[in-house]
Amino acid sequence: MSPRNRGRSRAPASEQAYATWANGPGEGDATTDHLETRRGYAMIYFDNAATSWPKPSGVAEAMAGFITNGGGNPGRSSHRKAIEAGRVVYSAREAVARLFNAPDPLRVVFGSNVTEALNLALNGVLRPADHVVTSSVEHNSVMRPLRALERRGVEVTVVACAPDGTLDPDRVECAIRQNTVMIVLNHASNVVGTILPVTEVGAIARSHQIIFLVDAAQTGGAYPLDMQDANIGLLAFTGHKSLYGPMGTGGLIVSDRFDSDRLHPLKRGGTGSSSESEEQPDFLPDMGESGTLNVPGLAGLHAGVRWVLDRGVARIRAHEAALTQRLIDGLRSIAGITVYGTGDAALQVATVSFNIAGMDPAEVGLRLDDEYGIMCRVGLHCCPAAHKTIGTFPRGTVRFGLGPMNSKAQVDATLDAVRTLAGRRR
Amino acid sequence: MSGSAYAVVLVPSSSHAIRGEHVLNMAGIASKLIPVPRTISSECGVCLRIAHHDREAVEKALNEARVLIHRIVDL
Repeated sequence: MSPRNRGRSRAPASEQAYATWANGPGEGDATTDHLETRRGYAMIYFDNAATSWPKPSGVAEAMAGFITNGGGNPGRSSHRKAIEAGRVVYSAREAVARLFNAPDPLRVVFGSNVTEALNLALNGVLRPADHVVTSSVEHNSVMRPLRALERRGVEVTVVACAPDGTLDPDRVECAIRQNTVMIVLNHASNVVGTILPVTEVGAIARSHQIIFLVDAAQTGGAYPLDMQDANIGLLAFTGHKSLYGPMGTGGLIVSDRFDSDRLHPLKRGGTGSSSESEEQPDFLPDMGESGTLNVPGLAGLHAGVRWVLDRGVARIRAHEAALTQRLIDGLRSIAGITVYGTGDAALQVATVSFNIAGMDPAEVGLRLDDEYGIMCRVGLHCCPAAHKTIGTFPRGTVRFGLGPMNSKAQVDATLDAVRTLAGRRR
Repeated sequence: MSGSAYAVVLVPSSSHAIRGEHVLNMAGIASKLIPVPRTISSECGVCLRIAHHDREAVEKALNEARVLIHRIVDL
């Protein structure tokens, strides 16, 4: 890949042909309509671990459709537009519940993102003198609330993962004390992609009658997750990653095994229900949904989850795992590159972290973007704990996040670019 | 016995009402979401209007689907 066309406003025919080849159809939309070119190169979006792009067809249309034709406030009025808005929200609840095998759509509590859901679960359950167990690869969306709770008397044990991000469930069980009320784990690391053993830990939590909270930000829609099989009491999800909805959507699913009286709301206010009372409703989902919901966003989320359900998580997973292994193997074949994690796509999601010896991750990211149109994320990924675990703190890593819209050709083009950058350093 | 052909199902919130509508629809039972009559409750929001003769079937279907019912009132 030569940068000889840098600066041209339009790529020549040969470059356009290359663009078509390099961005050949991924598993998703079988066209390259969503792709653009920059300085004569095909643009490659490898930052799906931060947010997925492009969204499947139907997502933007559903959002625009609600704004254009819907527009009522769910639960606040009883005219047809309000009821239709309520049906939009319900459809999204039902789709999300089906994806995670939740017992009841009304136990899906929508919020603005997975961080809010995790804050609801952690702040809503944990009290001074309670003990909580977590892992050393958690995102700051878990660690920051836990550190704040720690200052208020909650006891926190962080169980160390191995340098490849794997977690031994026995170590989690060993950390349990008499006052342990919760285990919180992400399903997969947002830094190295390593999948944590939620099924095994779920069984441990159940046997000790401990609440199991799972952060599915990196796996929801990309890796099978059955909250009943895994004995998950509280499942936090984001809408804008592998559920293909817009930003500003997410939520907490409350198992029917979890007594919702133990969950205190983060915010209180109007719900459209129990309006005769000045006290917050104690039933789900209203207890956790004060204020008008992001209904256009939930219309988009519903379309995104429908796309996942129609395609099938297994098919999405197979495509992403194949690309991930190709990327890992390719990176490992380049001199001067360190790839973090297990190196085995079967043990991780489509998130790959690496470094080029002697090169700042920020420089790698900038060069990939500026010179090759390849977008990734560099640095610490809001996750100092994981970087300390894998030995990359405070330098950080370069992170590629693949998705179902990506192709083998894009992986190969990216490997060529990384090989060129690494070669310049030698 | 009420003289009306209808009854209403009062539920905690519009989320429950819409789930109830969905459950009844799947069970082949007709219902309509209407504003809660002020004579029945001071709550704002919607309730499910059903045919009086479906009352038992509605209660059974909603209970099986774990839709919370506050009460069912003849109109």
